[in-house]
Amino acid sequence: MSFLHNYIYYFGAFGLIFIGLYIILVKRNLIKIIIGLSILETGVNLFLVSIGYISSGTAPIFSRPEVEAARMVDPVPQALVLTAIVIGVAVLALALSLTIRVYRHFGTLNLRKIKEQRW
Amino acid sequence: MRKIIGLILLIIIAVGLGLALVRIPFGTSKSRLGEYYIREGRKETGATNIVTSVVVNYRGFDTLGEVTILFTAALGVGAVLSIGRKRKNNIKHQPASLILRTGCRFLFPLILLVGAYIFIHGHLTPGGGFQGGAVVASAFLLIYLGCREIRISEKGTKAVESLAGLVFVAVGLVGLAVSGYFLFNFLPKGISGRLFSAGVIPVIYIAIGFKVGSELAGIIDALVEETE
Repeated sequence: MSFLHNYIYYFGAFGLIFIGLYIILVKRNLIKIIIGLSILETGVNLFLVSIGYISSGTAPIFSRPEVEAARMVDPVPQALVLTAIVIGVAVLALALSLTIRVYRHFGTLNLRKIKEQRW
Repeated sequence: MRKIIGLILLIIIAVGLGLALVRIPFGTSKSRLGEYYIREGRKETGATNIVTSVVVNYRGFDTLGEVTILFTAALGVGAVLSIGRKRKNNIKHQPASLILRTGCRFLFPLILLVGAYIFIHGHLTPGGGFQGGAVVASAFLLIYLGCREIRISEKGTKAVESLAGLVFVAVGLVGLAVSGYFLFNFLPKGISGRLFSAGVIPVIYIAIGFKVGSELAGIIDALVEETE
């Protein structure tokens, strides 16, 4: 039980990553694949943040004088994830707009049917 | 068949990753780099928010690259969606109810204010250019959902985003000219914890806030136009 308690964030992060990977590998609908990509990305972000976590730590911000530097979590993964989230939104929008174009062109979102069609 | 192959592949990846990660302790690690940033960051950059000092100062060049990715993605959305589309300018929308419209108009400046507060105080409190920019873009999303007859001009978002990007690069080039390092913090650091402190960090973060806000607003604009 303590094993699960100690590694709960890793389990959560990798649960999300594997759900996303499974969707990408198995599903054939383009929208579902993009949803899988989004879940995968959330899992990776959660994993990066939880790597830098310290038990009962605080945010690395000297907002009050009584905050101790020793209890602060690692700022580097947080800085990486901060930008990754915003870029994730933009990449998601790009993927969805490409999907709109694919649907206009082929009339379907099923990858198998798209593969059968000739350009 | 496809599901079975997918599951087998996932199990192989899971076992490999599990074996690798079992050695990494959870909740204790702090890299030496992170410790250095926490110990010296406040003195060296003058920002009380260490994450901001990492994003804008220590890894400012990295952030410039990430902002460029965002710019490329926003440009791609506009380019992909605008192929073969005729601009319809005068579409009659069924106007929303009075309560919805008034509520949107009331909330819009307040959300902009919160967004601006978040990116102006990025070096002092939790927040920064990326978060504040996202809040600003959500204000435009509210306008598009609530008062559908109002449009932001595409040229305006493009101009703001290009100007903000230019400010970022110009600040970096001035640093290069002054001291020989790109994005050098050449302004006086001031007293840590004041609004006017931390040198160029607030300038760059305000530019990033404008850039992210206008880019996300442009993406929303392109996607909303597509549904009509």
